[in-house]
Amino acid sequence: MSDTTADKLANKTPKRVARKIRGLSDRAIAWLFVGPTIFLLLAINIFPLLWTINLSFTDFKANRINREVKYIGIRNYERILGDSDIWLSMQATAHFLFWTLFFQVLLGFALAWLINRKFRGNDMWTTIIVLPMMLSPAVVGNFWTFLYQPQIGLFNYIVAFFTGADPSSFEMLGSVDLAPWAIVIVDTWMWTPFVMLICLAGLRSIPDYIYEAAEVDRASKLRQFFTITIPMVLPFLMLAVLFRGIENFKMFDLVVQLTGGGPGSVTEMASINLKREAFEKWRTGYSSAFAIILFVTVFGLASIYVKALNKVKER
Amino acid sequence: MTRFFKGLFKLRRGPWEMVATVLIAIGVFMLMQPYVLWAYTYSFIVTLIGTVMFIIVSHFPEQE
Repeated sequence: MSDTTADKLANKTPKRVARKIRGLSDRAIAWLFVGPTIFLLLAINIFPLLWTINLSFTDFKANRINREVKYIGIRNYERILGDSDIWLSMQATAHFLFWTLFFQVLLGFALAWLINRKFRGNDMWTTIIVLPMMLSPAVVGNFWTFLYQPQIGLFNYIVAFFTGADPSSFEMLGSVDLAPWAIVIVDTWMWTPFVMLICLAGLRSIPDYIYEAAEVDRASKLRQFFTITIPMVLPFLMLAVLFRGIENFKMFDLVVQLTGGGPGSVTEMASINLKREAFEKWRTGYSSAFAIILFVTVFGLASIYVKALNKVKER
Repeated sequence: MTRFFKGLFKLRRGPWEMVATVLIAIGVFMLMQPYVLWAYTYSFIVTLIGTVMFIIVSHFPEQE
């Protein structure tokens, strides 16, 4: 049957094309199929990376393309690594990265653990919980801006209800102390479901017989949790942290929509600073060097993380 | 500890990857710490050395 289908398909190939392909080796045909993908990969990923590295050693400005481009060595890198504003944006990024990962892992795992238990309406709750991650960051940023409004925002009223404070006495997006936490809350709200889904996949992959064997050995529920559940979900959890870590390191849209980097520059992430240097001040060479610094940092972190992930999988 | 240094001398993957990993971790910490500016200034070169080292040493043979 399959031969007949294969023959039919072969007969459909135009005679001129068939004649050309017949003379090719298996390796040549493989290259023929893989070639376009490799070409696209080189054109879209590798070439821009090499071009950015090249630009990072120049004083090129994209808004003055007729100006003579000078090679200035590592001066862009020296300026960036001595710039206290960029240092502050790195600290803002670190704060955002650490706390979003912390809360997302904690809440994501807890939710997955609860959803994994069989109860009525399980599927409905899963659907409701994953809704935020399906929304566009622009939409989320917009409606959280309304929720954070001191006069009419629901968030302030809920906080006021529990703490007894005046709802208009604090401004989540306008306060230097609260704004970094405001963006952490929104990102956690939006992306905890993603971590939950990955953890849920991990929890559902644990076979029941392992728990049954533990029950036979009279292991307590707490012991089962720490010696079976956590070690077996750990690779999944690490994968979720890797994905979210890389995403949050280059967080842009949500923060721009919520605070625009303010008040002052307390929520100005590295990516927002980079965009300002590249497309507001038009310092293309300088921003290319900045992009390379961020790239090397993420690449280095991802390398050691993938190594750790492989080690956990091997256990 | 002796095994670690032997691995380093014999150009084995495990110990060298460990050195590269520590360098990357120190570099990233230096980049994002809020305490001293000089650490931030030298963070990139430390991370870069660690990352390049990691790429190279991951092709070294495994330790017996």
